[in-house]
Amino acid sequence: MPEKIRFSVNGEQVELAVEHHHRLIDVLRDDLFLTGAKEGCGGGECGACTVLMDNEPVNACLVLAVEAEGREITTIEGLAKEGRLDPLQETFIKHAALQCGFCTPGMIMSAKALLLRNPHPTETEVKEAISGNLCRCTGYKSIVEAVLDAAQKES
Amino acid sequence: MSETLIGASVPRKDSLEKVTGRARFVGDLHLPGMLFARVLRSPYPHARIRSIDVSRAFRVPGVKAVVTGRDFPNFVGLYLVDRNIFAVDKVRFIGDPVAAVAALSLQAAEEALGLIEVECEELPGVFDPLSAIAPDAPLIHENLHQYKRVPAYHPVPFTNIANHVKIRKGDIEEGFKQSDEVFEAAYHVPHMQHCQLEPHAAVAQVEAGGTVTVWSSCQSPNAVRKLLAVAFDIPVGKVRVITPYVGGGFGGKAGVSIEGILVALAMKTGGRPVKLVLTREEVFQGTTVRQGLVARIKTGYMRDGRLIAQAAELFWDAGAYCEYGVNIVRAAAYSSAGPYYIPYLKTDSYCIYTNHPAGGPFRGFGMGELHWALDQQLDQIAHRLGLDPVEIRLINAARDGTTTATGEVLKDIGLAECIKSAAKKIGWDEPKKPLTGKGIACMVKAPAMPGNAASSAVIKLNEDGSANLLITATEIGQGAETVLAQIAAHELGLPVDRVNVAQPDTGYTPYEWQTVASRITYSAGNAVMRAAQDARRQLLTMAAEGLGLPEDRLTITAGMVHAVDDPAKSIGVADLALGLTMPDGSGRYGPVIGRGHFIPEGIEGLDPETGQSAKAVAHWTFGVQAAEVEVDPQTGRVEVKKVAAVYDVGKAINPLLAIGQTEGGIIQGLSVALYEQLHLRQGRLMNPSFVDYKIATAADVPEMDVGFVETPLADGPYGARGFGEHTMVPTAPAIANAVFDAVGVRITDLPITPEKVLAALRLKGKGGE
Repeated sequence: MPEKIRFSVNGEQVELAVEHHHRLIDVLRDDLFLTGAKEGCGGGECGACTVLMDNEPVNACLVLAVEAEGREITTIEGLAKEGRLDPLQETFIKHAALQCGFCTPGMIMSAKALLLRNPHPTETEVKEAISGNLCRCTGYKSIVEAVLDAAQKES
Repeated sequence: MSETLIGASVPRKDSLEKVTGRARFVGDLHLPGMLFARVLRSPYPHARIRSIDVSRAFRVPGVKAVVTGRDFPNFVGLYLVDRNIFAVDKVRFIGDPVAAVAALSLQAAEEALGLIEVECEELPGVFDPLSAIAPDAPLIHENLHQYKRVPAYHPVPFTNIANHVKIRKGDIEEGFKQSDEVFEAAYHVPHMQHCQLEPHAAVAQVEAGGTVTVWSSCQSPNAVRKLLAVAFDIPVGKVRVITPYVGGGFGGKAGVSIEGILVALAMKTGGRPVKLVLTREEVFQGTTVRQGLVARIKTGYMRDGRLIAQAAELFWDAGAYCEYGVNIVRAAAYSSAGPYYIPYLKTDSYCIYTNHPAGGPFRGFGMGELHWALDQQLDQIAHRLGLDPVEIRLINAARDGTTTATGEVLKDIGLAECIKSAAKKIGWDEPKKPLTGKGIACMVKAPAMPGNAASSAVIKLNEDGSANLLITATEIGQGAETVLAQIAAHELGLPVDRVNVAQPDTGYTPYEWQTVASRITYSAGNAVMRAAQDARRQLLTMAAEGLGLPEDRLTITAGMVHAVDDPAKSIGVADLALGLTMPDGSGRYGPVIGRGHFIPEGIEGLDPETGQSAKAVAHWTFGVQAAEVEVDPQTGRVEVKKVAAVYDVGKAINPLLAIGQTEGGIIQGLSVALYEQLHLRQGRLMNPSFVDYKIATAADVPEMDVGFVETPLADGPYGARGFGEHTMVPTAPAIANAVFDAVGVRITDLPITPEKVLAALRLKGKGGE
C-alpha cells in the first residue's frame, strides 16, 4: 500500500505517495526527476548517491523514502542558489576536481556536509569526510584541494 | 591562430554540467513507454544447456518480452568472433547471460527471471591458464577453428589457446651465450575489475522502419554500431548509437557490453524502449575484467648491467571469451622488451580460455601486467649486480636508434630524461630512514589498434561566429571535449567557449574508430585540427575576396579575419559563416563546413612467425614513476608516502587536465598494487562488491609530484602523444621495488598485501628468500 509522505527537497515542499520498500534515491530520481544523485552500487559503499538530510550526509540508496517524512533534503540540484554556484562547485571547476563526473554530485554533497559542520577543516578532515565517496578517475588530490579552497573562500 | 590555447589549462568544458548534477548519463534517461530489463545469468562456470522453458515467465503481469539464445543465436565480437549475445549451447562462466526479460517494472522483470526454467548439465571447468593448456584439458570452445576472426590473430584449433603470438628477434640461444649471467623469475597478476563508478547502462528502441536506436554508456559508439549491425544483420546506417557522458570506462566499456541484450529485447516490444542498468554485482561478475597473467621471464645480461637476451612466456588467463582479449595478448608480445633495448628476444604470448569472467581491455591494455614482471625483473638484476636501479635503467633505456621487440628503430624518445627527472623528484640520492624505501619503474605503451583505425571531425560555423564541433569520441572523463575544443578554437582563432562540442550520435556525428588506446588527443585531435584548418581556409578565401587582399596576408584573431599588418582591414567570422555577402547584397560561396580525418600512416602487421615489423604501431609513449614507501614490519602493511611521475607526452595540450589524468592513474595504480584482486574460487567470484573488493579512497592518497617531458611526436597534433592509460602502468612495480628497497623482500604476486609482506619477512628472517 502506498503511503503519503511530505518532506522538503531543495527548499520546496513535496507530497507524494510511495511504496514502503521504495528508497529515497528512487523517489528523487524516478518521481522527482532529480537525477543528480547517482546510483553506483546500491549498497551504501560508493557514496555516489549522497544527499543531505537535515544537513547530514546520507546515502540515498540506504534510506527508505518513508524515512524522509518531515525532513529537509538537499540534493546537488539545490546547491546553487539563485543561479549562483556554491563555492564548492566553483572550486571543483577551478581545480578540475572531476573527470567522468559520476561521483561528483555525491562528492560535493559530502564536502558540503563537512563544511556546514566544520567550516575550517584540515586536509586530514577533508580526506576523512570524503573517504566514503569513491572516485576512480581523479586520484582525489584535486578534490581535496578544491574542498580546502572552498573552505578558504567561505571564511 | 591563438598561440595561447595549446598548452593552456582551460577549464573543462563539461564541468558546469557535472558540478550542478545536470550532466546526463544513460541511467538518467526516462523515455515514454520505457520498459525495464533484467538478465538471467549462468550459475555454472561450464555447463551444457539442455533446455530452456520461458513459458512461465510470461505469466507475470507486466512482462512484455523474454528472449534467449534460441531466439538470438547471433555471434558478436571485435577481433575473434567467439561470443553469443546469449549462451546458446553452453554457458562458459558464472554470469554468462542466458535469457533476458523486459517488463513494465524492474520487480516484474525480476520475478519473471525466477520463473525461467533452465536445465543444464555441468561440465568440468578450467580455472587457471596453465591447466587449460594441458593436453587433457576440457575444451571451452570446441568450434574455435570455425570462428570468424581478423587475420592478425592466431587461434590454435582444438585447444584452449585463442591466440598465440610469437616474437623472434635474433637467435635467442646466441643471446644467452653472449650474456655474462642469466636470471629467471615468474610473476603473477590476478583478475581485476575496472570499477567505473557508473555501472554499464543502455536503452534500445526499434522504430517501425527498422532503425535501431541505442543509447549506451559505451566508449566506442561506432564499434557498437558495427558489431550490432553484423550480429543482427541490420544495415549499419540503420543502427544509431547515442552516447551521452560516460561515467568512467577504463576499457570496461570498450567494444560491446550489454547493448546486444537490449536490442534483442527491443525487437520484441513493439517499439517500446527497453532500459538496462547493471547492478554493481553484475558489473563485477558479468562484464569484462582485466585478464590474469602468469609471466615467466628469463634474462641474459652483462656484468655492466646491459640487457642482452630475454625469453618470455606470457600465459594470459583470458576467461570465457576472448573476442577483444586476443589483442591484449598481441600488444603484450610486441611490447615485450618493455621500455628497454634488448638485442635478442623470444616471446610467446598465449591468450588462454578459462571458465573465468571474460577478459577484456583494462587501462594499460596488458602493459600494467607486463611491466609488473619486466620492471621487477630488471630491479632484481640490478640488485644481483650491485647496481643502482636508476643507473641500470639509464643503461638500458630505449633511445633514438635502438630497436623494439619487433625490430622497429625508435626515434624522438625522451625516456632517459624522464628517468632522471623522476629520480630527482623522489629524492633518489637522499639518505633514507629505516623501514622506508624507494623504487622506480619505467613503462612504454603504444596504441593497440588496427593499422587503419580512423578518426574524423566536422566543424560547422554558425552565423554568430561560433562553431559546432561534431565528433564521435566519447567523453569518458579524460577531457576529450575540452582538448578537442581547444584544438578547434586554436586553429580557428576563436575563444574556446565559442566552440560547442556535440555528443556522439552515429546518426549525425562522423566516424571514430573507438575511444580507447589513449588515442583521442592524438588521432581525433589530428582530425579536428584538419577540420578546423579546412574551415579556416574557407574563411580566408572568402575574406580575401571580400577585403580585396591576398589570402596569405590574412589571419584570424578573436573571431575577426584581418590583415596581418593592419587589423583595421577586417571582416568578422560571423559575417562569413554562412557565405560571403557582396556589397550589392548578393551572395557567394556558402556555409562553412570544415572536414578532417586521420589515419596513422605506415603501420605494418607482424610477421606471423617472427613477430617482426618495421612499424608495428602508430607511436610509443614512455614514462617513469618512482615511489617512496614505509613498511610496518609488525603488520606487513605498506604505506605509500610519495609517488613521482614523469611522462614524455610530446605536448601537454592542457596541463591541468594532463596532471589530473596522471594523478588519477597513480591512484588507480596504487590501488591495484596494494588492494585489488577478484577472488575467484572454481569460477565463482567471492568479492563482487566495494566492501569486499577494496579500491583506493581519499584516505590512501600520498604526496604526488607530476612532471612532463615534451619530445614532439612527428605526426601528433602539436607533437602530442597518447598517455592516458600509461599513467597507471608503472605504479605497482615501482611500489614493489620500493618495498624491496625498504625491507629486502620481493612480492612478485599482485597485490602487495600485508599478509604476503609479513610472510616474506618471516621467511627472510629464517634465512630463506
